[in-house]
Amino acid sequence: MRRDITPCLWALFSVGGTVAAVLFPIHLFLTGLAFPLGWIEAPGYESVLNLVRHPLARIYLFVLISLPLFHGAHRFRYTLYDGLKLKHLTLLIVIMCYGGALLGTVAAAVTLWSIP
Amino acid sequence: MSAPVQYTLYHPKWYRRAVSVWWWLENWSYTKFVLREITSVFVAFFAVIYLWQLRALVSGPDAYADFMARLESPLFLTLHVVAFFFVLFHALTWFNLAPKAMVLRLGGKRVPDFVIVALNYLAWFVASIAVAWFFLRG
Repeated sequence: MRRDITPCLWALFSVGGTVAAVLFPIHLFLTGLAFPLGWIEAPGYESVLNLVRHPLARIYLFVLISLPLFHGAHRFRYTLYDGLKLKHLTLLIVIMCYGGALLGTVAAAVTLWSIP
Repeated sequence: MSAPVQYTLYHPKWYRRAVSVWWWLENWSYTKFVLREITSVFVAFFAVIYLWQLRALVSGPDAYADFMARLESPLFLTLHVVAFFFVLFHALTWFNLAPKAMVLRLGGKRVPDFVIVALNYLAWFVASIAVAWFFLRG
């Protein structure tokens, strides 16, 4: 019997959306704007590495990258359906969206695991 | 005397108005809805940027310096300005919809919507300060 995973996808959408809403603005502001523009001095290589090395920091970064990817994948999937009326391409869209999020999740796990 | 009733056959595809792909530009609230949905692209974009930064960090000081220099290019600054506004739009719409998604009851009474919204904004504020503190304390 095939189990329907749609409720799980909505839960991921919801949790990932909360993570993105609470944490992305500050991270994006610092990394994307304040550091490159020199408004705030960026922490150096060694101090970032020391910060990221901590197991809790690795878990945090895993959550920070993976869950918003699933949130984005889920929302984008329905955007393609409603906005561009692509319902006939369901299977392709589902594979591209969640496959992409899954790929990013695996890449994040591997990268975080290999921090020296 | 009434005329005999004329029945028509049931026809599931009787008439459908053709809807343009640009239906959401007809009305501002539809446009807002689509802008909110498009925030997903920028959320995913920034997650990928962060992943990329992490890979640069693992690759060593030179790769990390290259990555940080790349963020200073006009292309990335422009992308990040746009992404910042979309991510902010996501955050605001998310918090403002929170009471519709999450109904809390205390002592048999429903917690008012503005309390839930305020708690979300408070959590946002505290988390932002905490993240900034971790980056800047060095």
